[in-house]
Amino acid sequence: MLPDATMELVCPAGNLPSLKAAVDNGADCVYIGFRDATNARNFPGLNFDEATAREGLRYAHAHETKVLLALNTYPQAENWQRWQSAVDQAAALGVDAVILADVGLMEYASKTYPELRLHLSVQGSATNYEAINFFHERFGIQRAVLPRVLALAQVEQVVNNTPVEIELFGFGGLCVMVEGRCALSSYVTGESPNTCGVCSPAKAVRWQQTPQGLESRLNGVLLDRYEDGENAGYPTLCKGRFEVNGETYYAIEEPASLNAMECLPEMLRIGIKAIKIEGRQRSPAYVAQVTQAWRQAIDACQRAPHDFKVAAAWSEQLSKVAEGRQHTLGAYHRPWK
Amino acid sequence: MKIPQIIFPAPLAKLFSVLPQYPHSVLFTGFLNAALSAHIRPRDLQPLHGKQVCIRMRDTRIEFHFSVTPTAFVARRRTLHLDLTISADARDFLLLGLRQEDADTLFFNRRLTMEGDTELGLFVKNTLDALEIPVLDIFRHGPKATHKEDKNILKSSLQEDYRA
Repeated sequence: MLPDATMELVCPAGNLPSLKAAVDNGADCVYIGFRDATNARNFPGLNFDEATAREGLRYAHAHETKVLLALNTYPQAENWQRWQSAVDQAAALGVDAVILADVGLMEYASKTYPELRLHLSVQGSATNYEAINFFHERFGIQRAVLPRVLALAQVEQVVNNTPVEIELFGFGGLCVMVEGRCALSSYVTGESPNTCGVCSPAKAVRWQQTPQGLESRLNGVLLDRYEDGENAGYPTLCKGRFEVNGETYYAIEEPASLNAMECLPEMLRIGIKAIKIEGRQRSPAYVAQVTQAWRQAIDACQRAPHDFKVAAAWSEQLSKVAEGRQHTLGAYHRPWK
Repeated sequence: MKIPQIIFPAPLAKLFSVLPQYPHSVLFTGFLNAALSAHIRPRDLQPLHGKQVCIRMRDTRIEFHFSVTPTAFVARRRTLHLDLTISADARDFLLLGLRQEDADTLFFNRRLTMEGDTELGLFVKNTLDALEIPVLDIFRHGPKATHKEDKNILKSSLQEDYRA
């Protein structure tokens, strides 16, 4: 049975050219962030200010594409004003939805701008329908992005028990899956990803070619050492190789990219409303390539879900840009579940 | 435009490596000043002011050493301390400049390395990514390749960055 609603493709943009690349290659929604710690991709020179956001909205809306704004970090007592004014700014700009994680901010947004559409960020860490329904009843959230910890059978259970639209990650870098609750890098850098907007602040990262190989360090702590020709990954603590009991290996997590394209027919059947692509920190070239492959895949799947097969060209395009050049279905596929 | 695979002759690279790097740094900054002036104002590149930056082409063994002042990109002689070094083969720089390849993809594949001040490196990468048209298209089509409106957006966006 085919659900009535179509599945939206939600693509990342860290700047105006990426937003245009997403729109031009068939994204239904583009998600962006402001140029500060109010979102989880707070890198120097990345993201949108008022003028670029306005131009992005103009361009996207002229091409019937929605713009979602990620305000998905957690304000603290001393900086609450900035997060609150970011909600004000988003409402004034006329974004199609804000993606929030913090309940205080949700309360503010829902009371001040009842017309503003709210999405629950993956950083909100809601993995069950009771939690999602609470956010719906209390703040009127209309969509939730599920953390990447559930098998598809569990996702179906959530979808069947909530009026809230469910968005799933389809592609991109993976983390250690404690989204919204991870404070790992703060032990090394003093900054938590959920409050400062980045796992490894660029100021604390150093790359150095040594006779033993290319070393990545976070605040002086050796994260990894790559031999010549060996693929590198992002310099995050969770993806480092460490010596544990005399063995050096990825003690926490091996760098890999999620690619759930083969699950599209199942996701469509379950009633997933949107597929999210990770990567606001990536360049317009990445956004164009990934959006193009996923647009074609989603269209093919919606046309004929039973005959859907992942085309070799799409896989090739996606594995070229993946971190670690390895693909995984992550938690979605658990045959024992 | 499809960029063919290029294998740069090793003897020629060796020759380039022993030549003084300053003259082509002068040419390079001349190009930057001529082509980018309509798109980025050097005074908006505040994090780069006074920093010693090196663009190293691995295969051709050519290096460009430069810095940025509030008014221009300026060639520098090679020094021991480099604030930021970005290295890749000439063809990969070309692919990046034409936006046919993603910097992180090249980095994962070890075709691009960034040593020194990572914050500065990300600032350079993200500033170039935010240009309305790919940086090498600016060289091809001349400094006026972008609409005035887009230029102003970028400029105001950079200014905003430093007020924050």
